Amino acid sequence: MQEQTEIWDWEMFFRALPPVLEGFLTVTLLVTVLGTVIAAALGLVWAMLIRLAPQPVSGIVKWFVAFIRMTPIVVQLLFAYYAFLMFDAMTIGIVVFGIHYSTYMSEVYRAGIDAVPKGQWEATTALSMSTRRTWAAVVIPQALRATVPALGNYAISMFKDTPFLLVIGVVEMVNAAQIFGGNNFRYVEAITLAGIIFLLASYPTSVLIRRMEKRLAYAN
Amino acid sequence: MPTPTDTAAAPIIEFRDVEKRFGDNVVLKDLDFHVNRGERVTLIGPSGSGKTTILRLVMTLEEATDGLILIDGDPLTHRIVDGKRVRLSNREIKRTRTRIGMVFQQFNLFPNMTVIQNITESPIHVLGQSKAEATRRAKDLLHQVGLDDKADAHPSSLSGGQQQRVAIARALAMDPEILLLDEVTSALDPEIVGEVLGILRRIAETTDITMLIVTHEMQFARDVSDRVLMFDGGSIVEDADPDTMFTAPSHERTRKFLKAVLGEGQIGTR
Ligand SMILES: Nc1ncnc2c1ncn2[C@@H]1O[C@H](COP(=O)(O)OP(=O)(O)OP(=O)(O)O)[C@@H](O)[C@H]1O
Ligand SMILES: [Mg+2]
Repeated sequence: MQEQTEIWDWEMFFRALPPVLEGFLTVTLLVTVLGTVIAAALGLVWAMLIRLAPQPVSGIVKWFVAFIRMTPIVVQLLFAYYAFLMFDAMTIGIVVFGIHYSTYMSEVYRAGIDAVPKGQWEATTALSMSTRRTWAAVVIPQALRATVPALGNYAISMFKDTPFLLVIGVVEMVNAAQIFGGNNFRYVEAITLAGIIFLLASYPTSVLIRRMEKRLAYAN
Repeated sequence: MPTPTDTAAAPIIEFRDVEKRFGDNVVLKDLDFHVNRGERVTLIGPSGSGKTTILRLVMTLEEATDGLILIDGDPLTHRIVDGKRVRLSNREIKRTRTRIGMVFQQFNLFPNMTVIQNITESPIHVLGQSKAEATRRAKDLLHQVGLDDKADAHPSSLSGGQQQRVAIARALAMDPEILLLDEVTSALDPEIVGEVLGILRRIAETTDITMLIVTHEMQFARDVSDRVLMFDGGSIVEDADPDTMFTAPSHERTRKFLKAVLGEGQIGTR
């Protein structure tokens, strides 16, 4: 019961560390962070266009959002990869993840906006506030509070979806682990390592979200 | 304090044949009344008689379904052009709106802003005051409502009475010509109703702001009002000075209503 037959090999585990960590830092983390930023910003744009834009525009946005939400991200990655050849795969990945999740975020923002009490809108009218100030100073800040936890949860989902980047040839953490496994004929250690890193990154994030949720709740 | 209705002065609020319906429910019908500049008018009447709706129409939170409302002679939301009733542009409506302020039963302070931000928001962004100017005025108003030390507090850390006092300061910061007060003490614990009413009495004594008040606090209504309008089913049943209204109402409907809210033997006591 030597070498190849061993179930766990610590040496392999530590040898897998550099390539897997590199995949995590240069791709997984980067796509997740930038994708989340894009999703958060675009989601608000969609929600506001659906609510404020005149008819043809708001209808088109609504349809677009529903369409994106109902097709798999893998299909979207492949479509964008072959349709926009002028962009590198990494850029495509970040933008597609951002747009895909922005459609979920827009729903979160919509719910957050709907949750702003009627009395708040009436106070903005009684104070003659402009539409711009009403949104910028009252509605969006209040809607955002309800949004932060959901935004965090979607960031975690996106994080866990990053292995799909494989379909457009981007080597993120899990793909890096698999390549390492293939080169060394040992998969368990590298894949386990990737799983541990997912857990190590997701868990503190979810704790952070819960904490923020508590801090943001009004003391009413 | 009641003064006779001064017919020489132009009314600052005038309702002409105003109708307000929600679907098939006609809440106000052919309503005609006016409020003179500087006058304090209290609306009383049973629940559902349309008192809140009248204030909301003046604040442009609702729009009449027929008739005209004039503010200082200018149309509020609709005017008659060639015999047709047409809506004003949003910009025209906004211009008149800045002359009117409202305090709500539920305060409706902005929870994401501090007290001082709540008060200075519109003076800065609507009236174009400098931040320093608006802050100075806000502090002065906070002093008047007895909340000097709460400028940087968030509304959620204040009691209901304190929140309502901030809401009053916030409305006054816009220097409204007309102040609308809709049951502003109804959401408060009985022991703090007095502190809010005291502030409103002081405002009534020290300013010449026109006030349109809905309240169940009959003693307060009697003390601050120049005129009391009794409503029922969307029309005015009785229009009288407070002493007459509370001691010798001429309509049976008013007597019944006052008896119900004040209890036996309360009318006329001070
Ligand atoms: N937004 C609305 N939609 C439909 N009906 C409404 C609306 N607002 C008010 N009403 C109706 O209009 C009528 C008058 O309501 P209003 O709130 O003006 O009465 P009120 O005199 O203020 O009563 P209360 O003393 O209970 O506050 C009621 O029958 C009410 O149901
Ligand atoms: Mg009411």
